[in-house]
Formats: sequence, structure tokens, C-alpha cells
Amino acid sequence: MWAFIHKLGSPKWFYAISTRLLPWFWAAAAVLLMVGAAWGLAFAPSDYQQGNSFRIIYVHVPAAILAQSCFVALAVAGGIFLVWKIRLADMAATVIAPFGAAMTFLALFSGAVWGVPTWGTWWVWDARLTSMLIQLFLYLGIIALRGAFASRDSGAKAASVLALVGVVNIPIIKYSVEWWNTLHQPATFTLTERPAMPVEMWLPLLVMVLGFYCFFIALTLTRTRSEILRRESAKRWVRELVEGRTGGDTDGL
Amino acid sequence: MAFDSLHALVAMGGHAPYVWSAWGVTAALLVASAVHARAERRQLIRELQRRNRRERNLSERELHEP
Repeated sequence: MWAFIHKLGSPKWFYAISTRLLPWFWAAAAVLLMVGAAWGLAFAPSDYQQGNSFRIIYVHVPAAILAQSCFVALAVAGGIFLVWKIRLADMAATVIAPFGAAMTFLALFSGAVWGVPTWGTWWVWDARLTSMLIQLFLYLGIIALRGAFASRDSGAKAASVLALVGVVNIPIIKYSVEWWNTLHQPATFTLTERPAMPVEMWLPLLVMVLGFYCFFIALTLTRTRSEILRRESAKRWVRELVEGRTGGDTDGL
Repeated sequence: MAFDSLHALVAMGGHAPYVWSAWGVTAALLVASAVHARAERRQLIRELQRRNRRERNLSERELHEP
């Protein structure tokens, strides 16, 4: 059991396994996002109240879901790094944080743009929007904290602690639409109930969410691999791997 | 299709600025992330190759001129 966990945390093993997985995730992301975009923009019916502005949901909801998932992933990676000192977890955390921040920004931006025609305002200081803004600042704090120390290990520890503390914001965001009065509508997808939308509206949304997840996995694998090469550059297997390339070729990207 | 023509699709029933700006920023962000990840990897591999070559040259010189 412990041997397996340590094998899983070995950068060399991770590099080998991800070489095989990576093309599939990039391909799945490209197909799902293109199908989802065409479906959501051109084929899904328009909303009887909101008209076509409702099509923003197909980028807003996936971005918001990914923003939360990335934060949970950061906290889990931070915990693994603090408890077991597995460096691979910290390498992953390093590359997940900027993407999570980008997704949070995207959720806020698309929400603001959507708010203008539907609510008549691009911003209100209500619980959902404010807690999401706090999450953006938490991401930026984690990224800044990592770079603020002379030693990488101290920066990694500080960033991990902030990710673990900041994760309390996740349930606040999730339940903000139930605990407080808000303009924001409740969640579209729940595990226990069918969506309140017709199937021809939520199916493309599901495709987009899956596409975003595949994109996130593909991007994280790609950038974690770069991070491995950077940090393990003195290792024999990395030297041999680098020499075997002409530089910038696409095999196993 | 939910629209009668390509023109109607672009117009988005008067909501074009909202729909296309949200989608445009999303697309730009995703494409930029993927392009950046690829460029980062290429640059890194080239840098590591250069470093390996430099170290090899150094150790060879040490062999020849003790």
C-alpha cells in the first residue's frame, strides 16, 4: 500500500504514465468543447425569459465549477505535500493555482456580462458574488505567497497552508445561494435532483463541463510534466529524456 | 438550429455584445493557456539541452587539460 502511494508520487513514474494519457485528454477536451460550443451557441433553444443571453450559461457554469474544483484540488495537494512531503503534489499545486485563478476570473467576468441584460446590473455585493471575489483573492494570495520566499520549500509550505485554510470558502460559495437572499439563481446541477431546465438545454451544458474538466486535466498534466523536468533537471533520467529530443517536438507532449 | 440564418446567430436576438464577449474571453483564455503550456515545455527542453551541452564541454576540457 505504502509502496504504491510512493510509486504514485514518483515524478519519473508519473511522467511515464502521463505520456500515454495526455493525447487522449487533449483530444477529448477539443472534441467536447467544440461540440458543446456549437450545441450551446446555435442549437440549444433560447430561454423564454432571457432570450439568447442565457447562452452565457455554457461558459459561466463550467468556469465556476472548475474554479471550485481547482481550489479543492489545491487544498488536497497542499495537504498531501504537508503530511507526506510528496514533491509531486507541490508541483501539481504550482500549476493548478494560476488556472484556478483564471477560471474564477472567467466565472466573475461572464457573470458580470450576463448580469447586465438579466439583472440590470453587472455587480451586486451579494453573498455568491462576494464569496467568489474572495476566492479570486485567495488564489492570487496563494500564487504570490509561493513566490515570496527565498527557499522553494518555505513558499510551498506557506501556499499549502493558505490553500487548506482558504478551502472553508468553498462551502460558503456553494450554500451562499441558500443561506442568504440573492439575485443569483440556485445550482443548475445537483447530484440528487434532475435539472430544472429541459434536457436540450442542460445536455450541452454537461458536455461543456466535461470538456472543461478534460482541458483542466490535460493542461495540468502538461504543465506538471514541465515542472518535473525543471525541478529534476539534474536527475539522470531527465538528462537522458532531454537528449532524446530534437527540442520542441510534439511526441508525448 | 435555434436560428433562421447565420446573421440571426451572430445577432443573438440583440444580445450579441454580452454573449460574444463572454464566449470570446473564455475561448481566448483557454487557447492562451494551451499555447503557453506548449511554449513553456519547448523552451524548457531547449534550455536543458543547452545546459547539458555546456556541462559536457566543460568536463571534456577538464579531461584534456588536467
